[in-house]
Amino acid sequence: MTNCGTRLSLALGIILASSTSSFAVTEISWWHAMTGANNEVVETLAKEFNESQSDYKVVPVFKGTYPETLNAGIAAFRAKQAPDIMQVFDAGTGVMMGAQGAIKPVADILSMGGSTFDKSLYLPGIVSYYSKPDGTMLSFPYNSSSPILYYNKDIFKKAGLDENNPPKTWPEVWEAAKKIKTSGAANCGFTSTWLTWIHTENFAAWNDLSYGSNENGIGGTDVELKINAPIFVKHFQELADLAKDGTFRYGGRTSEAKQLFISGECGIFTESSGGLGDVIKSGMNYGTGQLPYEPEAKGAPQNTIPGGASLWVFAGKSDEQYKGVAAFFNFLSKTEIQARLHQVSGYLPVTLAAYEETKKSGFYEKNPAREIPIKQMLGKAPTENSKGVRLVNLPQVRDIQNEEYENMLAGKQTAQQALDNAVKRGNAAIKQAIGQ
Amino acid sequence: MASSTRVTFPNKLLPYLLLAPQLAITAIFFYWPASQAIYQSVLREDPFGLSTQFVGLGNFRRVISDPNYLNSLHVTVVFSIATALIAMALALLLAVMADKVIRGKGIYRTLMIWPYAVAPAIAGMLWLFLFNPSMGTLAYLIRSAGYNWDPLLNGNQAMVLVVSAASWKQISYNFLFFVAGLQSIPKSLIEAAAIDGAGETKRFWTIIFPLLAPTTFFLLVVNTVYAFFDTFGIIHAVTSGGPGKATETLVYKVYNDGFVNLILGDSAAQSVILMVIVIALTAIQFRYVERKVHYG
Repeated sequence: MTNCGTRLSLALGIILASSTSSFAVTEISWWHAMTGANNEVVETLAKEFNESQSDYKVVPVFKGTYPETLNAGIAAFRAKQAPDIMQVFDAGTGVMMGAQGAIKPVADILSMGGSTFDKSLYLPGIVSYYSKPDGTMLSFPYNSSSPILYYNKDIFKKAGLDENNPPKTWPEVWEAAKKIKTSGAANCGFTSTWLTWIHTENFAAWNDLSYGSNENGIGGTDVELKINAPIFVKHFQELADLAKDGTFRYGGRTSEAKQLFISGECGIFTESSGGLGDVIKSGMNYGTGQLPYEPEAKGAPQNTIPGGASLWVFAGKSDEQYKGVAAFFNFLSKTEIQARLHQVSGYLPVTLAAYEETKKSGFYEKNPAREIPIKQMLGKAPTENSKGVRLVNLPQVRDIQNEEYENMLAGKQTAQQALDNAVKRGNAAIKQAIGQ
Repeated sequence: MASSTRVTFPNKLLPYLLLAPQLAITAIFFYWPASQAIYQSVLREDPFGLSTQFVGLGNFRRVISDPNYLNSLHVTVVFSIATALIAMALALLLAVMADKVIRGKGIYRTLMIWPYAVAPAIAGMLWLFLFNPSMGTLAYLIRSAGYNWDPLLNGNQAMVLVVSAASWKQISYNFLFFVAGLQSIPKSLIEAAAIDGAGETKRFWTIIFPLLAPTTFFLLVVNTVYAFFDTFGIIHAVTSGGPGKATETLVYKVYNDGFVNLILGDSAAQSVILMVIVIALTAIQFRYVERKVHYG
């Protein structure tokens, strides 16, 4: 017991000593969900920032997967122990926005740091996704990506397709996929990760179609889903038909299908631009192209919407802490940091200057796949259909869609039934979530 | 006689002191969270706790009238019965076989016990790596043999997969108890029956199986509780409740509604219902099934 007691008091002494010695430095806690190479990026950024000045110290803490990090942050807020900065994934954006009293808009914080916040320096497609309807930027975009098309050049060659000309529209994808399957070049023609994010949310934005009322939720929380419009039904019925003979293979609700593409099982693949790293690492002979669009849609292609995550700041902190957060965000916005982040990690650059600099350096000539998602997002000014999808319970609505899509792909229901059910159940869930 | 075998403490306080750690653990890890769940189940609250509203039994009413809840009740019953039955039947078979092994008994038993040391989530990952249609080695073999193995879309196949993984993990535990149970059966009884001309099957069903009843009953309780609660990690890793809602058990739904969908009230109401179900199940098992158990 005495031994234990001594150790305890020793440990306490060390904690006390270390906290007194760092008294002059304001600590900024940053909870994140980055693993592997991306975790190293987080650690490096914090280290560089801490070494660049002596007033603040950013302390990154890994909190698990995206949903786990969000839950940890919410639980900590309820216990009045919230971190300063928390990384929240795209689908959690609506959850955070719904918590008006819990968060502090990033636009306010940046101006607290002395610098005025100039929105025009940032990529418009990304900023509008993380902003309130009045244009106030609420969170700081950290890692953004957008879906693009990947294809296996070896399989294209074997199937007699032009390996330098990837399909541009969905009908072209279906044709190529069928050819891959029937020619025996591969077991499956087409697969995709995230049917919700890519084939529903981005399908709507890229083809300038309404996903839901109230600007897909950006204009207000009361949203009625519109994803059972005929053009969505047509798209999903085509997927369901192709699934019958295995021309389309379903891989799972999130990014599991990547394995089907990397292993050479499927020839064409739609996935986040953030998935490029794994494709490169596999050493396969791949090509990339823009996300296919639906030629029957009038405005297509419009612009795609970002996925990934952004950094949120909790309310109720001291001015000193907010100044530290502002200094850190300004550090992250620096052109050389953004350009490096973009080139090394594959995230989209947050500022236009970082994009221009990367372009000037000739990086995109060697890595064309890195520029595709930027072009997709910058091509046209976003319409009310293409600013993004924001629901207070988007994770739940995506779950509902996934369940209905799975039952459709299993042949239990048609695309019309699946989408009607997804709309009906989704609308009910949204109503419950906003308290009606 | 009874009074002489009972241990009595001269100090009145000591027994309470000795019980205190266990009581403290029960209070902290059961009574406190359970009371929090009951409290949360009558509230309607946003995830951040910024606005709280008392709704009485409203959450319970909504949960019970939700067809998805009835579906997950159905899934849980199927899953639990299948898992408990398979895990116990296979363990009994293996234990009886292991009892006959003469050489290498120790090694054989040790190997049988290994899977128990594997954490549920890891067990789930192992089965996923073998049977996931995108990357599974065995899944590839099954598919190339011409069978359309696709638990990502086929609900029955997904159920087979999680039941297999869950029972595989529990076989070791059951095996251990059955082996111990078998060892406590006097060999003379079995030999006497053999001399009277009873065949092996007859000996098993008329002597060994009834004498194993206390063990079997104990394992039935343990396995049911296991299937209800401890299989969360496996389901989370293997199917995440899908496809559709084909493998969404009650516990998984509590997690999904509470921690993914952030509907705290509904989730708390479900966990209270779950608590009642498990208390009732255990009571029924002890009250009625135990009466019929012959404690040799």
